[in-house]
Amino acid sequence: MSGWRAPFARPLRAEWTKFRTVRGWVVGMVAATLVTVLLGLLSAAGSRTSCSAGPVEVPCPVPPVGPEGQAVTDKFYFVHKELRGDGAITARVTSMTGRIRLPDATPGVRNVAAGLVPWAKAGVIVKESTRQGSAYAAVMVTGEHGVRMQHDYVHDVAGRPGGVSAGSPRWLRLTRSGDTLTGYESGDGEHWTRVGVARLTGLPATVRVGLFATSPGDVTLTQGSFGGTVGAARFSEATAVFDRVGLRGAASDGAWSRDDIGVTIGPDGTPHHPGRFGESGGTFTVTGVGDIAPTGEGRTIESTLSGLPAGLIVVIVVAVLFITAEHRRGLIRTSLLAEPRRGRALAAKAVVIAAVTSAAGLAATVPSVAIGTRILRANGNQVLPVGTFTEVRVVAGVAALLAAVAVLSLALGALFRRGAAAVTTAVAVIVLPYVIATTSVLPLDAARWLLRVTPAAGFAIQQSIPEYAYVTGPYVPSLGYYPLPPWAGLAVVCAYAALALGLAAFQVRRRDA
Amino acid sequence: MRRELHAEWTKLRTEPGTGPLLLAIVAVTVAVSAAACATVTCAPARCDHDAVRLGLAGVQAGQAAVAILAVLAICGEYGTGMIRTTLTAMPRRGAVLTAKAAVVTGLTLVAGTAAVLGSVLAGRLVLPGRGFTAAPLSLADGPTLRAVAGSVLYLALIALLSLGVGTAVRDSAAAAGVVLGLLYLSSILPYMVGDPDWQRLLWRLSPMNAGLAVQATTHLSSLPLSPWAGLGVLSAWAGAALLCGGLLLRRRDA
Repeated sequence: MSGWRAPFARPLRAEWTKFRTVRGWVVGMVAATLVTVLLGLLSAAGSRTSCSAGPVEVPCPVPPVGPEGQAVTDKFYFVHKELRGDGAITARVTSMTGRIRLPDATPGVRNVAAGLVPWAKAGVIVKESTRQGSAYAAVMVTGEHGVRMQHDYVHDVAGRPGGVSAGSPRWLRLTRSGDTLTGYESGDGEHWTRVGVARLTGLPATVRVGLFATSPGDVTLTQGSFGGTVGAARFSEATAVFDRVGLRGAASDGAWSRDDIGVTIGPDGTPHHPGRFGESGGTFTVTGVGDIAPTGEGRTIESTLSGLPAGLIVVIVVAVLFITAEHRRGLIRTSLLAEPRRGRALAAKAVVIAAVTSAAGLAATVPSVAIGTRILRANGNQVLPVGTFTEVRVVAGVAALLAAVAVLSLALGALFRRGAAAVTTAVAVIVLPYVIATTSVLPLDAARWLLRVTPAAGFAIQQSIPEYAYVTGPYVPSLGYYPLPPWAGLAVVCAYAALALGLAAFQVRRRDA
Repeated sequence: MRRELHAEWTKLRTEPGTGPLLLAIVAVTVAVSAAACATVTCAPARCDHDAVRLGLAGVQAGQAAVAILAVLAICGEYGTGMIRTTLTAMPRRGAVLTAKAAVVTGLTLVAGTAAVLGSVLAGRLVLPGRGFTAAPLSLADGPTLRAVAGSVLYLALIALLSLGVGTAVRDSAAAAGVVLGLLYLSSILPYMVGDPDWQRLLWRLSPMNAGLAVQATTHLSSLPLSPWAGLGVLSAWAGAALLCGGLLLRRRDA
C-alpha cells in the first residue's frame, strides 16, 4: 500500500470518512436520489396520451423514424416516377403560393388568408420509396428562406435567397450518381450553381424521383393561462407551379404516379386537408400540406427527470452542511490542524462531495430514464427516439450537473460559513432562475437570458432533442428548449463552481478558522 | 409579552447578520425587478405583458433573503445553544415564538416596503424605454396598489412561514432547504402533470403561485384563484407552519 501515499490521499480519506460516518449526510444523499427518481416516475405515470378516431379510442400513430434515428414528419404531395440507376431530374418553378389559417378573429370561424409560411417547401426530390421516413435528397424553393438542399430530414444547406415569381423563376436540378446526390439551381436554365451534395449510403438502385410540395403548420406560442407556454400549429398549404420538367436516366414511361404521402385520414375515412395535383401541357401544379423534417412532437427522455430540481435542493443542503457543520461544531479547527494546507483540505472536500454526488446522481438518472420511458410508452405516449450517445450524455450529464452544483454549494458554504445563507444563495442562483424561466409569466427574452448567464444554464445538459434552424417549432425554455447548447450550459455551471471554489480557497487561507 | 418582545428585538437588532440581510432583501428585490424589466422588449402592436407583475418580479428572488432572515432568527439560537438561555429566561415558549414572529414580521414589513417601492420605481424608469408605452406604473392605480401592498404582505407571510419551518426543523441549512424547496418546487409542480384539473388544484395549493397571484393585474379571470384568495392560501401555509413549529417547540427538549 506504500504506493498509495500520494500527498493528497490522506485528506481525501479523512473527508470520505467524515462523510460516510455522518448519518444525516448519507441519508440526505440517498434522499436526493430517491426524490429525483420518485418524482420523475410519478410524473411519467401521470402522463397519458390517447388518440381517438371519432368516438373510438385507437392506438396513437407512431411517428416514422428517419435514416439517422430521429422521429420525423414525412408528409407531402408527391408526383413521381421510378428511376433505375443513375439519372437526374430538372424542373423550373414559376410560382409558389399558399394559404394559412390565421388565429380566429371571430372565435370558431376559420380565418384563412393567402400566404406562405417561412418553411413551405416545393421542389424536386429523389426518395428511396414512398414509405414515410425513407431516405431522400431534395432541392427546393422555400417560403422565405430561398433555395435549399436538404436530405435525410436533418441536413440542410442554403442556396440563393429570395422567392420565385413568373418574372424570376427558379430552375432546380438533382442528379443521382451512385450514392451521391448533387443539387443545382439556376436562374435561366443555362448557368447552373451547385447547392450541395448528399451522400445517401445504401440507397437502392431503384428509387422514386419527382416533384413535391409541402407546408408545415404555422406555429403560434401563447402564454398559458397561469404561466408556462402553449404551442399550437395551424393549417397551412403550399402550391407550386412547375414546368420544363425533364428526366434523365432510366425512368419509367407513362403517366406520373401521385401520392399524398402521410395524409391524415379523418374519422369519416376521407383525407383531412388533402393535397392536389394538376397537369396541363407540361405545366404541373402541386399542392401539399405537411413537412419533411425532424419532429419534436412527443415526450422527450428528459421529461422523466422532472424530479431533478427537488434532488438538486437536497444535494445543495447536504453539500453546504458538509462544510458548515464543521464550522459550527469547531471540528474545522481539528481538520485544519491535521491538514494545515487549507486549500488542499478544501479540495479534498470538493473531490469527495463531487464523487459522492455523481454516484448518487447516476443512481437517480439511470433508473429514472430507463423505467420512466417505459412507463411513458405504456401510457400511450410517444417517446422521441435518440441515439445512444445522446442518452448517455443526458444520464451522465445530469449526474455531472448535480456534482457541479454540489461543489458550488460547498464553496458557498465555505465562503459564508452560515448554513442558511449558503443554502439560500445556492438555491437562489441555481434553482430559482430555472423555476422563473420555465414556469413563470416572465417574458421569453428574460427567461432565455436567465438560462444563459446564471448557473441554471446547466439544465441545458438534459435537452435531448436539438433546436433545428430549418424547422419552425415551439423553441422556448418552458417546453424544454434551452438557449445554450448542452455542453456549453454544463460548462457555465462548472465555471461558476470553479470560481466559487477558488474564492473559497483564497478565503479559507486568509481567515481564522 | 413586552419582556419577550423587548428581548427578541434586542437579539435580532444586535445579530450581525440582520443589517446585511435587510439590505439584501431590498437590493436583491430591486435588482432582479430592474433586470427583469430591462431584458424584456414589448412590441407596441401586441404588448400583452403584465407590466406590474414584471416590475415586481424581484419579489420571487427577494423572498429568499426574507427566508434566511426568519430562519436564522430561530435556528441561529439552536446553532449556538442560545436557545437554552432564552427558554430559561422566558419559559413561556409560545410567547417567545409569538414575540419572534412579531419582530421578524415587523422588520420584513419595513424592508419589504422599501424593496417593493424600489421595484416599482425601477419599473417606472425602465419599462417605458422597453416598449411599454401605456401609462407608467403608478400607485394611484387601484390594481397596482393592490399588487404592491399585496407583495409586501406576501414577504411578511413568507417570513412567518420560514419562522415556523425553522422552529420545527431547528438546523438552519436544512430549514432554508425546506422553505425554498416548498416555495420553488411547489411552483413548478403544476407544470409537471398533464391533467388540467390537477394542474389547477396544484397551482392553487402552491404557496408561491397562489401567493403571487396578488401581483396579477391582467387576465385576472384566467387565474385559478383571485388575488386575495391566493394570499389567503399562503396565510394558511404560514399559519400551519407556525402552529406546527409552536407545538414542537412546546413538546421538545431545547
